[in-house]
Amino acid sequence: MTTFSHLLQAFFQEAPDRIAVYVLSANQSDAALSYRDLLARAGAYATAYRARGISPGEIVVLILQHGEDLLSAFWGAILVGAIPSIMPFLTEKLSPERYREDLASLISVTRPAAIVTYPEFKAEIESALQAGGPVRMVLDCSEIGSSQEPDFDSLPGLSRSEQDIVLLQHSSGTTGLQKGVALSHKAVLNQLDAYRRVLGFSGEDVVVSWLPLYHDMGLIAGFLMPILTGATLVLMSPFDWVKAPYRLMQAVSRYKGTFSWLPNFAYNFCAQKTRDRHMEGVDLSTWKAVINCSEPVKHESHQIFADYFQKFGLDAKALQTCYAMAENVFGVTQSPLGRLPAVDDIDRESYMTERLAVPVQDGRVKMTMLSSGKPLDNTRVRVLDEKGQEVQDRVIGEIALQSDCMLTGYYNRPDITEKAFLDGWYLTGDFGYFADGELYVTGRKKDMIIVGGKNVYPQDIEALAGEVEGIHAGRTVAFGLFDEKQGTEEVVVVAEAETSDAQEQRLIADKIRQHVTKNSAIALRIVKIVPPRWILKTSSGKAARSANREKYLSEIPQT
Amino acid sequence: MTQDIMNTIAGFLANEILKQPDRSIGADEALISSGLIDSFSLVDLALFVEDTYGVRIDDTELNADTFDTLAQLAGLVVTRQGE
Repeated sequence: MTTFSHLLQAFFQEAPDRIAVYVLSANQSDAALSYRDLLARAGAYATAYRARGISPGEIVVLILQHGEDLLSAFWGAILVGAIPSIMPFLTEKLSPERYREDLASLISVTRPAAIVTYPEFKAEIESALQAGGPVRMVLDCSEIGSSQEPDFDSLPGLSRSEQDIVLLQHSSGTTGLQKGVALSHKAVLNQLDAYRRVLGFSGEDVVVSWLPLYHDMGLIAGFLMPILTGATLVLMSPFDWVKAPYRLMQAVSRYKGTFSWLPNFAYNFCAQKTRDRHMEGVDLSTWKAVINCSEPVKHESHQIFADYFQKFGLDAKALQTCYAMAENVFGVTQSPLGRLPAVDDIDRESYMTERLAVPVQDGRVKMTMLSSGKPLDNTRVRVLDEKGQEVQDRVIGEIALQSDCMLTGYYNRPDITEKAFLDGWYLTGDFGYFADGELYVTGRKKDMIIVGGKNVYPQDIEALAGEVEGIHAGRTVAFGLFDEKQGTEEVVVVAEAETSDAQEQRLIADKIRQHVTKNSAIALRIVKIVPPRWILKTSSGKAARSANREKYLSEIPQT
Repeated sequence: MTQDIMNTIAGFLANEILKQPDRSIGADEALISSGLIDSFSLVDLALFVEDTYGVRIDDTELNADTFDTLAQLAGLVVTRQGE
């Protein structure tokens, strides 16, 4: 039997001095952590958890920034058999009130035994807790003792079974925080086995990542896979990267990086915001794969990236794609390395009107689709019609999957877990089609918006917009619009107000922007104030988002 | 001088970042701490200042502690130009 603790113990005994992680921070010199360092710090957390009575199987929520404390608190929880869950850190934009509400959402469903955070944040967290609630303690980092090499045989981690839940993964926002994906040791390790096989990933590889660890791509590909494989991880903070995207390329050059994962927008962002002066001496020729994942993959974004970075040694064939979701731990499909991902030019009208992806004929308007690759060898993928029947190649339907690495369930949510499956197949809520054995993802059945790889639930944004004075609650609608230049979706809010005065409308729109940003850390690109009864509703009174999106596009000239 | 810089940067923010050309931005209006400029746009602002004024703003300075208003940013530009 193998669990996370067994793997950690093996590295600790057999390769203690191998560097597991380089932690990069904008204001500090790089910190190199060997497996011994990593586990000694984790050991200090393990001791603290046990001394405070955290039992195996209990949830520990981590509210920490990218850095050594987060890594240590995470692995410390694993060592004692507790279940870590990383929560997004409070950003300067988000209001404390809203963060407290988000935290309350998480606690109400996940029922953690403990929360770990920084000393300066402890009072803030405690103020969000209710007496008699599940959280027995808020631990701050300064309470943790000095490094202590773990005595694995005495720690409960080794006694966990493969079927036990090893971690929870949440997406952000009120809705996401109430829906924690629970994954077992077995599921994660099966995923890593299958994913390593398709990538040819080994202990010789070097992963360079700026991705947040509360997201599946960052957590699995950019954290667990390298550490549990004996590869090297070069980890930088998303906050540092977003202000200086060239730091990614500099780190790849410095550490001879071989793998990175990026959401689609990051290809545009890196290419558009990097200047030659940032790239002096940078050599990207070691990069074997830069894998596009977690939002719709765009051929144009790969071209923009290749056009700029090829002169710094980038192999254009390194640009790859993946389709992934937390419910399958991570990867569902992966484009085969060593060649460019397949491109499929399809007829736009057939796609729009018949839900068919037929190769375009001369003189017809085309859509260029980029393949997400082939299913991993442990994952079966089907495309289903509305009746749940499998469809033929090139027919668009809902993507469903089965594997040996599925989630155990949404934690404490048997209701939504049951609804997610049909006859043993997990329904992804994404639309796509197969052609020549490769999966092309075309869109989403659900209304979720993906901004820069981050899932945004429109109902959360609509509720916030409805709180603004002058807007009637329930008379708002939010949806995404794809922005070509940025390679990602932007959030649009349409809200009904009584006033027809342009100046007053502008003031209300401004208030909506500020309120939504303060309370969700989402920047709205477009806020449109419309007269009463503009918004289309479904028969049950909910805003029909796709219908309103069409109405918006038809009425408002795009500039 | 400082006023010119503020006007130029305000124009860039309204047109390119906020995409609201008729939006006016006050000299002392909070830009970063208020969330008006989201984190993805800070690098655009730094590149614009660098390209327009030949003044370097390091990525570690892209936060509300270094500048949070047009007046503070323009002041930073003038100071660095004089260095």
